[in-house]
This record gives sequence, C-alpha cells and structure tokens, in this order.
Amino acid sequence: MKKNAKKKFIQFIGFLVLRLCLYTVLAILLIFLYDIVKNGGGAISWEFISQPPRRGMTEGGIFPAIVGTFIVTAVTAVLAIPLGMFAAIYLNEYAKQSRLTRLIRLSIRNLSGVPSIVYGLFGVILFVNILKFGTSILSAGLTLGLLTLPWTITASEEALKTIPNSYREGALALGATKWQAIRTNVLPYAIPGMLTGTVLGLARAAGETAPIMFTGAAFYLPFLPKSLSDQFMALPYHLYIMATQHHAIQQVRPLAYGTALVLIVLVLGMNMTAVVIRYRLRRKRRW
Amino acid sequence: MSWLQKGRWRKSSTLVFDLIDAYWGKIPVVKPGSAGRGDGPGATGSLFIKRKKRSRWKESAIQSFFFANGVLAVVVLVGIFGILLTTAVPAFREIPLAEFAKKAWDPTSPEKPLYGLLSMIVSTLMVTAGALVIAIPVGLGVAAYLSDVAHWRVREVVKPVVEVLAGIPSVVTGFLGIMLFGPLIARIFHRGNGLNAANGSFLLAIMALPTIISISEDSLNAVPPAYSEASLALGGSLWQTLVRVKIPAALSGIIASIMLGMGRAIGETMTVLMATGNARAFPHGFLDSVRTMTANIAIELGEVPYYTTHYYALFAVGLILFIMTFIVNLIADVILNKYQQREL
Repeated sequence: MKKNAKKKFIQFIGFLVLRLCLYTVLAILLIFLYDIVKNGGGAISWEFISQPPRRGMTEGGIFPAIVGTFIVTAVTAVLAIPLGMFAAIYLNEYAKQSRLTRLIRLSIRNLSGVPSIVYGLFGVILFVNILKFGTSILSAGLTLGLLTLPWTITASEEALKTIPNSYREGALALGATKWQAIRTNVLPYAIPGMLTGTVLGLARAAGETAPIMFTGAAFYLPFLPKSLSDQFMALPYHLYIMATQHHAIQQVRPLAYGTALVLIVLVLGMNMTAVVIRYRLRRKRRW
Repeated sequence: MSWLQKGRWRKSSTLVFDLIDAYWGKIPVVKPGSAGRGDGPGATGSLFIKRKKRSRWKESAIQSFFFANGVLAVVVLVGIFGILLTTAVPAFREIPLAEFAKKAWDPTSPEKPLYGLLSMIVSTLMVTAGALVIAIPVGLGVAAYLSDVAHWRVREVVKPVVEVLAGIPSVVTGFLGIMLFGPLIARIFHRGNGLNAANGSFLLAIMALPTIISISEDSLNAVPPAYSEASLALGGSLWQTLVRVKIPAALSGIIASIMLGMGRAIGETMTVLMATGNARAFPHGFLDSVRTMTANIAIELGEVPYYTTHYYALFAVGLILFIMTFIVNLIADVILNKYQQREL
C-alpha cells in the first residue's frame, strides 16, 4: 500500500512537471504576442499602413514594404506552386519504389533543412550574378521560391495521398490512360488541398529575411517598384533595419513594433486561413 | 468553402493541365462523319491503333515532364552545393588551411587580413548547444504531455498553437530578443545590453521547440499500444510506463527530432544576428557577445566588394555551414527511416 502511494506521488509530480513544460511554452507565446500587440497597436493607423516612410524613416508608414512583400510573395508563388505540384504528382502518382525515388525524397527533406542564408548565397550567385537579374524582385522571389519548394512539394503530396485509390482505379477501368485518370479523377479533388498546403509555405517565405537581404530588398525606397527588375522594400527586412540599423533606434521603436505587428498579422493570417480551409475541407470530404 | 467544391472551380483548376494537353497535341477525336466514309471497318481500326500509339507517346511525354519536376529537388540541392563549392574554391586556394583553423577573423585588416573560422564555429556550436539544453527537456515534456496525459480536446487546441509558434518569422523573434530578453538578461546578470550567447540560445530554443515537439509526439504516438498495455498490466503506473517503456521505445524518433531542431538552430540567421551582439572575439561563456557563422555572412556579405578573397571566404563559411546542417539532417533522416522500417 505504501509503495503504491509513493508510485502515485511520483506520477503526480512527473505529470505536474510535464504540465509546467506546456504552460511555459504557452506562456512564452502569449508574452510574445502580447508584447507585440501592446506596443505595436499604438503605432498602427491608416497613415502607417498607407504612407511611405518619411524623414529618414523616423515618421510615416510602411506602405512600400507591405506592397513589396506582397509582390515578392507573388513571384515566389508563381515559381513554387506549379513546380511543387508537378513534383508532388510525380512522386505520388508516377514514381515507383526505386533508388532514384529515395534519392529525390532525401533531397527534398534535406532542402528543407538548408539554412535560409545559404539560399541567399545561392541566389546571389545564380540569380543576381550568373542570370544577371541583378538585385531585384525577381531574384529575391526566385530565391524564396526555391526555399519554399520542399514545403510545397510535401504539402501537395499530402493532399494527393488523401485521394482514395478507387478514384484512380475507376477511371483506369473505364479505359482512361494514367494521365487522364489523374487529370479527371485525382487533381480536381486534390487541388484545393494542395493550394492550402502551399499557402502555409508561402506564409513562411513572406516572413523570411536572410534570403532577400542580398538578392533585392532595399534599405529605403520612397516609391513603389515599377517592374520586376527593381529593388523593393519588404516588411521583414524593414523590421530588421528599424530594430538594429537605424541611426535613431530608440526614437523609431514604436515604428519597429508596428512593423512587427503588421508582419505577424500578415503571416499568421495566411497561416490561419490555410488551416481553417484545410479543416473545412477535411470535414466536407465524403470518402 | 463551397466555391472550392463547385464544378466551375474544378474545371478552371485543371486549366493548366488542359494547356499541357493542348501542347502535347490532343488525341484526334473520331468524328461520326469521318469514320463512316465508306472505308469499311479496317479504317476505323487503323485509326484506333494510331490513336492508341499517339496517346501512348503523349503519356510518356507527360510522365517525363513530371519526372523532370521531381528530379528538380535533386538538381537544386546539388546546385546549391556546386555553386557554394565553386565560389569557395578561390578562398581555399588563396588562404592556407592552417589559417582557417585560427581564432581571429579580420578580413578587412589593412596590415594582414585574418581568416580564422574557429571563433565563429565555436560560437555557432555554443549557441546551438545552449538552445538544445533548454529545448530538449521542455520539448520532450510537452510532447509527452500531449501524447500521454492531455485530454484529446487539449491536444486539438495545443497542436495548432504550437504551429503558430513555428509560424512566427525569425526576424520578429530576434526583435523580441532585443526588446524583451535583452533587458531582462542585462538586469539579472548586470551585463550591458543583454545581447549575448544566452539570449541567442534562449530564442533558438523557442524556434527549435515546434520541431522537437511535433516529431517527438508523433514518435511517442507511434509506439504500439501493446507495449504500454503490457506495462500497465504488470502494475506499472502511467508515469512508469511513459518513462520506462514509451520513451525508450520512441527514442529514435525523439533523437531524430532533436537533430532536426539542432539543424534549424545551426542555420538560423536573423535571430542570432539581432540578439547575440556579434562581437568577433572568441567566446568564453554564455554571457559573452558572440558572432555565429550565419550572422557573420549576413553582416559582411552586404559590404564586401565582389570577387575578393574576403568575398570567397564568406562563401567558404557558407559551404561549411551547408555541410554541417547537411550532416545533421542526414543523421536525422537515417534515424527516422530506420525507425519507420521497424514500424512496418
């Protein structure tokens, strides 16, 4: 009996420690969000969202940075979504269990672990120097596109995996070729899932700083980019500048907090949208 | 999301693939008129064979198209390595290897440029180790709590919350390192502005946590229920079952999650760049300001003139960084693969 009580006590303490771990993580997240909302909320105004920075970035807003982030994310999407989908279609529909397939999967997993600054170095050489795109939206977007690729491939493949085999077999049994089966009976059902997964990847790309620092993000531009070969301002890089590189750091703290808040709302907003859509799709699924 | 399910969406969503079809040439459609032009059944037969041949050719073309996209991942990975290597080679040619092994990095010195990597590598490893010391127990604790203790409703809520944590951009984490933890560390230890290795470790731990939590939890859940049932039947408590049965059984997955978290911590740039102070000196403790490999590249690549020894040396740093993360990720991969095979 005594031994039993001791066992229960140990279990109680053990579970308490585990629970504390969880509370710690949740508390950290809450403190993060609270601090940003509290300090950034004051800086947010219509002017802040819709005006370019003024007076050496000590006043005004972050409009060019918001626009820049959107444009560069669009370029990223144009590269990463189709390539990711095609690669996922190959892996899930065509690839057989072979050494090459294993190599491809290994490469994808390893690509997702390559540091973002290394993608930046790669982009500087390939897009800026070799392909002569210069430091531009195009270079930065393509660099981010490659960075996003492993995530979009994995997400798209997950979506394809949810389509039951009977869908494919039904088409094949009616005499469809493999591609016809995929096109008519797999993709229409998989594409919404593929896109939501991809949005999660894009949200992460939109928040990345290191890959765009040397491939196109500009310190300060009073006007909006006119073409894809222009430099641009981006929210994450702007936050970095405001937080560490500005000549009057203490004075621009509120602006930096405001930028952080906008960035977080943007990235988490994209995340949440994708998660909600994914959840609804899952519930609606009838197979 | 009813629009996602509607027919029109479905149709337009495959537009890209219709275009591919059009590009590769549509299958010739047998029109009712053309087939019955008095050539007898043989003609339709030959048309059928032709059509079959055509579609077979098209099928293989489509397959090769998707195959090319699949191989792209390998091409990109090899391409990154190749470009880093070729750009770093001049650095290895111009700087003796023994020089790299020294502590001092001062490529812009007017008298004698120094290219010692040791301080940087030690800084990176130190910050990473600090991060793991915090992240492993906490992450494992949360994973165990979620898999064994928590009500499933709690789990449903906490898992997305952990995803939110993973979604916070690194530059925001770095900013909070400056604003929140820097002053805190400065006040506790009376050290300047609190931008040092401890701050970086703490932030990296937060960034590594989601990886460690989700993969550890998956591997804890993958332990066959028979294991824990046996332990419980023998009179073990839930806690004993967790510590002596489930965690050892899931150990490979847990180790893999730690390796993946470690890879993330080694390669993280913005947080350490903003929160560790970036002093070049060799670090002697966690309260020293450090400059990691990633931060060093980020600081100097913007200022360095192209095609100088210094420029090449930065790519050499990048190459070493790439190899380090590659090895760490590869180990995690091998462990996870082995463990998945055992599951089958």
